[in-house]
Order: sequence, then C-alpha cells, then structure tokens
Amino acid sequence: MAILKVDNVSFNYPDKNIIKDFSFEVEKGDFVCIVGTNGTGKSTLLKLILNLLKPDKGNIYIDGENSKNFKSFNKISYVSQKATDFNSGFPATVTEVVSAGLYPKYGFFKFISKKEREKKVLNALKTVGMAEYSDRIIGRLSGGQQQRVFIAKALVNNPSIIFLDEPTVGIDVKAVDSICCLLGDLNKKFGITIIMVTHDISSIIYHSNKILQISDDGNVRVVSSEEFGKETIGKHVHHHN
Amino acid sequence: MDILIDIFSQGYMQRAFFVALLISIITPLIGNVIVLKRLSSIGDALSHSSLAGVAVGLCFGFNPIISAIILSVIAALIIEYIRGAFPNYSEMATAVVLSFGVGIAAIFSGFTGNAANFDNFLFGSIIATSIFDLYTVIIMSVIVIVTVLILFRELFYITFDEEGAKLSGVSVKRINLVFTIVTAVVVSIAAKTVGALVISSLMIIPVACAMTVSKSYKSNVMLSVLFAMFFTVSGLVVSSVYDLKPGGTIVLIGIIVLLILLCISKRR
Repeated sequence: MAILKVDNVSFNYPDKNIIKDFSFEVEKGDFVCIVGTNGTGKSTLLKLILNLLKPDKGNIYIDGENSKNFKSFNKISYVSQKATDFNSGFPATVTEVVSAGLYPKYGFFKFISKKEREKKVLNALKTVGMAEYSDRIIGRLSGGQQQRVFIAKALVNNPSIIFLDEPTVGIDVKAVDSICCLLGDLNKKFGITIIMVTHDISSIIYHSNKILQISDDGNVRVVSSEEFGKETIGKHVHHHN
Repeated sequence: MDILIDIFSQGYMQRAFFVALLISIITPLIGNVIVLKRLSSIGDALSHSSLAGVAVGLCFGFNPIISAIILSVIAALIIEYIRGAFPNYSEMATAVVLSFGVGIAAIFSGFTGNAANFDNFLFGSIIATSIFDLYTVIIMSVIVIVTVLILFRELFYITFDEEGAKLSGVSVKRINLVFTIVTAVVVSIAAKTVGALVISSLMIIPVACAMTVSKSYKSNVMLSVLFAMFFTVSGLVVSSVYDLKPGGTIVLIGIIVLLILLCISKRR
C-alpha cells in the first residue's frame, strides 16, 4: 500500500488556480523530491499534505489515514526552512529543541522519564553528528548545524515519513552537501520515506529515487531520478550507496 | 535596619510584600512566552483594556476588578481573532486593542467621580492591598502556576515553532486561547496592585534580564522569576524607605539592572 496517496486534489488561492487535479502515490521507502519553478505550488502541495491547508477538492491519505482527520502525528515529522527564519535569540538548548520532537509520541499530559528522554535525544543527535553540541544554545550554531538539529528533532520520534520544505535554503554549499548525504543515509539505512520540496535538485538528486515535477502549466508527473537527471542535468545519476 | 524592621512589622506591609512576591512569580511565567513569541506589546494592550474595564466599573458602580477582567478577556479574544485573520501581522492586533482600551478608558474615566480611585489602577496601590485583593491574587497565582506547569512543554513548543507544534498534534489554537485569557486575568489583577501602566514592564524586563545570562529555556524561566522577585522586594523596600510609588520603583530598579547586564554581556 502507498504510504502517501494524493487523490485528485485541487486547491485555489483567491487570485490563482494553483493546484488542479493532482494525483500521485509515494511508496514506503521512497525518497521523493518535489521540484518546479517558483509559484508552481511546491510548498502549497506540502502544506496540503500536512493539513496546514485544506484542499478544495480531493483527498490525501497518509499511511491509509485521511489527512483531514489525521491523528497519527508520531508517524510523521516535518523540517521547515528554519535555518533562515529562525529566531537566533531564542534561549533554548539543542537538547530542549530535539526533546520537543518527542511530543507526538506521548501527547498532552503524558510524560516520559528523564533518562529515557535523554537517551532518545542523544541517539537522534548522534545520528546527525551533533551529539557534542547538546548543551549549546541553538541560535549560536551555524545554519547547517541548526538544520541538522532540526533533522534530529524530526528523527527523535522514529517517524515513518519526514517531510522537508526547502531545508537547504540559506546554508553554505558544503553544509548543503553534508545534509543531502545525511538525508540519503536516513532513507537507505533507516528506511525512512523522505518527501522534500526543493528548488536546487543538483545535490539531492543523487540520493533520491523519484522526482515529482510540477510544471508551469500545472501538470504533475512522477519520474525516476535517473530519468530526470538525464533530461535536465544531462548526465547519468548514480545513487550513492 | 530599624526602619526596615519597623516597616515589615506592619500587617498591611506584610500583606503587600506577599502579594508583590506572588505577582513577581506569575508575571514572568507569562512574560517568557510573550517575549519569546515577539508579542511584548500584548501586555500593554491588555493593561489598557483592563483600565477601560476599571473606568467602566467605577462609572457604573461595579467592582472595578471584575469589569477589568471582563474587558481584558474580551480584548484578549479580539487579539486572538485579529491574529488569526492576519497571521503575518500579529502586532497589528495588539495596536488595535490598545487603542480600543485607551479610547474607552479616556471616555469613561471622566465620569468615575473619584479620580484617586482610578489613579490607583494607573500606578498601583500595593500598600493598600485589601484582604479581597490578597485572596484574589493567591487564587490567581495558583491557577497561573498550575496552568503554566501543565502546559510547559506545549507553551515551549508553540513559542519556539508554532507550525511544528501543530504538526506534532499540539492543540495550538486552544492553548493560545487559554494562555491569552490567563494573561488577561493576570494583567487585570496585577494592575490593581502594581499599576496598569507598569504591569507589562514587570512581564518583560525580568525576561529580558534572564536572556542576557541564561543557558537554556528552563533556566531562562527560572532566572526571570528570580529577577522579578529581586526587583519586587528591593522596589518595595526602597519605596517604603523613601516614600516613593512602589510600582514605578520596582520597574526602574529592573531597568537599571537590565542596563547593567546588557553592558556586561556586550563586554564578554
């Protein structure tokens, strides 16, 4: 069964018909990049999937559950463009930020022991290579380090799917490459399905297996990364193992 | 020393001291969320609305604290509504409500009869704390402390990343509403004791001081409470010894400490 199913979804902003009759499926373990030029509705599509916006028509199913009544918050995680719009003066440690990601697992008025929480947070930080920064204030880290911490926050809950909205915006090129490698590892080693909106496909295409392309005329198509690479970058794409 | 012993041996002063301490615990608890959500002006908007409530109460012969609470809660709901309607312009909501509060307060304060009574709410009358005020502040403090403790994780998450909190299953709208109403009630009750024009400072300044030295969110919350307690105690003592307005003295001490901390942190 598809882990994500978008079924005939349409969405209009008051002045613009942005998404029209979109249908596609994502299988468990896929690494999908959503690409398209500005204004084609990449982030809107992600917001619709995450139920931050309501579709005018159609349905979206995450692991069989309709997104309109979605309650299995522990199955999904989300990483935004935090590194660019993040309040750098916020007095929170890396551990406090990552701990917040545990909320969906336990919910309102349910608590876990400090020891268990620390163990889960440390494991997530080790996975993203940020364990030694656990006591640092998040705002004092570089953009790339902050985004690694936000990926740890997404990971701490052992999600089945991680959604990312342009996670490499505002980060230097070297850090972009290492974040792309990290996402590739999470997908291959841990089997986490990754769905990522991006405008810069060049670094991430080597780690993804599918590209969901939204064209300027509003059509959507899903192609393999190899095929997309041949068409747009003009070279073969070899997956990193 | 004898003067201090003499001052604090008075029953009214002990009562004032206790009420001031409670207010200094609850205001930064609220203030942390307000400051870090970049909504510092919400305290001003609600305190001016509470003043409007006081003026209406005094004008029509209701208990001014009750009418202040009602108007502040209405103002808080209007703020939440406007913030929902214009999510990218949340500061606009506080500006609209502040103007609304000032407008009503200005109109009705002219008909209150006893101007001194209205002034008490402007600058506070902590020394004249009644038994009713004492019990009101105790009950409110318990409600605020319990609410903030129960919602600590949720408030942190919403303050830090509202969208992320929503996607993690936090009832963002409901918690924002509860928090705004609690803020409105705190502002109204504290306005009687430390003054409507001063209360928002007591929410903001201790948090600002804590931010210059804290090493985590949790330590920021605890330090802000300690700073607020220090400002309040020292402000009460200084105002008693030199016969000054307690509310103003508390805030000025806070600002002096903040300036010193800012100078020190700039040098580091």
